[in-house]
Amino acid sequence: MSYNFRDLLALEPLTADELSFLLDQSKPFQEIQKHPLKKLATLRGKTVALAFFETSTRTRISFGAAASRLGADTMNLQAEASSLKKGETLLDTVFNLYAMKPDCLVMRHAASGATDYVARHLDIPVVNAGDGTHEHPSQGLLDALTIRDRLGTIKNLNVTILGDIVHSRVARSNIHLLGKFGCKFALCGPAMWVPRELEKIAPGTPIRCVYRIEEALDGADVIMMLRVQTERLDDPPLSVNDYVLLYQLNAVRLRRASPNAIVLHPGPMNRGIEITPEVADGPQSCVLEQVTNGVAVRMAILYLLISGASESGTHPALEVKSKESANASD
Amino acid sequence: MRIVEKSQLMSAPEIDRTLQRLAHEIVEKSGGTKNLALIGIVRRGVPLAQRIAQAMRGIDGVEVPVGVLDITLYRDDLSKVAPMAVLRSSDIPFGVDNMDLVLIDDVLYTGRTIRAAMNGLFDLGRPKRVSLCVLIDRGHREMPIEAQFIGRHVQTSDTEIIEVRLREIDKQERVVLVDRVE
Repeated sequence: MSYNFRDLLALEPLTADELSFLLDQSKPFQEIQKHPLKKLATLRGKTVALAFFETSTRTRISFGAAASRLGADTMNLQAEASSLKKGETLLDTVFNLYAMKPDCLVMRHAASGATDYVARHLDIPVVNAGDGTHEHPSQGLLDALTIRDRLGTIKNLNVTILGDIVHSRVARSNIHLLGKFGCKFALCGPAMWVPRELEKIAPGTPIRCVYRIEEALDGADVIMMLRVQTERLDDPPLSVNDYVLLYQLNAVRLRRASPNAIVLHPGPMNRGIEITPEVADGPQSCVLEQVTNGVAVRMAILYLLISGASESGTHPALEVKSKESANASD
Repeated sequence: MRIVEKSQLMSAPEIDRTLQRLAHEIVEKSGGTKNLALIGIVRRGVPLAQRIAQAMRGIDGVEVPVGVLDITLYRDDLSKVAPMAVLRSSDIPFGVDNMDLVLIDDVLYTGRTIRAAMNGLFDLGRPKRVSLCVLIDRGHREMPIEAQFIGRHVQTSDTEIIEVRLREIDKQERVVLVDRVE
């Protein structure tokens, strides 16, 4: 098994084997999170450019921590401070960053496909840290890792996703990943956020749109919460109170799910809106494990992409050699 | 370039007897098995460590803990020897502080693997003592590193490769000397 791509732009094109490989390679990095000394020198001398054209706290810090724990340095570009505000085009900004010779670019952008577009113009590995409503692959991987750790498997689970699904790149990455392992999905939320078209986004994966939360939760093994962006409730209007009444995950509703069901939330949480504190802090909640696993997954991604990019640089057809062959030299 | 087998250095019974002797030497030098733990280096150090621990059970009747260490992340030759090397899990289920640790590997050559292993170990804590046990020492060191417990010394040239084949991994049990021929 191996990961044969220069970049990590989306989970949709990856096979179950490639996804399993990425999850398995995250395991050693999970262990390192438990060490008293968490810093490695593996990527010493390498530089990771973090270009966040859309604001982010958690993901940017998580990628930054992942890079520094691998011994790499980081260059930071943040939307508020960037010259985009001064009218520079996306490619010009990226080329300027590239001219400072990073070994990898981690990028977030509000436009779907922006990361893909940039990757086509660069010869270094590019990691998508979220592009518009398209995908957020590292979040999909860390969610799968969290589920696998808690439930022992990611195969054939009933997964319920609650909230603003049509705008969610997290939901898409999760559907594309877990769908390849035979998971079934119930998508639930106000009709404006859960259009029927979503049932067809991953051919072969059973997806149904459900508008009653009780029905969506019946027998669920995994419940994925999405953040409610209250500003989006204006169009068409739905009051926050109505949202709470109809779609909030509370302890009573959670009892409809399977007794071992787990609750995930990519953050930031709106306590009291989409989720009650009782559930968010309860034994079924995995929200902080997700954050810890995020660093491990991102370490694995950076390690694989940067160590995989051979010295000659462009699009190497990478083959995995394990230590058997390395063993010959020591 | 072809790889040709030149000679067999050890047979299965010889490997077995050597590991028995190494187990005795480690117990003797350590003054018993108290605070003693073995760390097998992925991959072939792991079954060797387990077999030495098994042999120690016969000597002292005591269970010596065995840990597993993958040194890939600590190598100094990232992307030179093994592009995108597959990581295997390390598993050291005990605290290393104040322990008497013996690193176990199949072949000692340049010493770089052991340098990496020590970096990995010291990320876990502060062992009291670290020693090294190898099945074969083939010389050609590039680091100031020596093994305290050695199965056999073998004189080799640079082009030769020593292959330790163990039944747990290779489905056969012997040590062979092979050579790269142009």
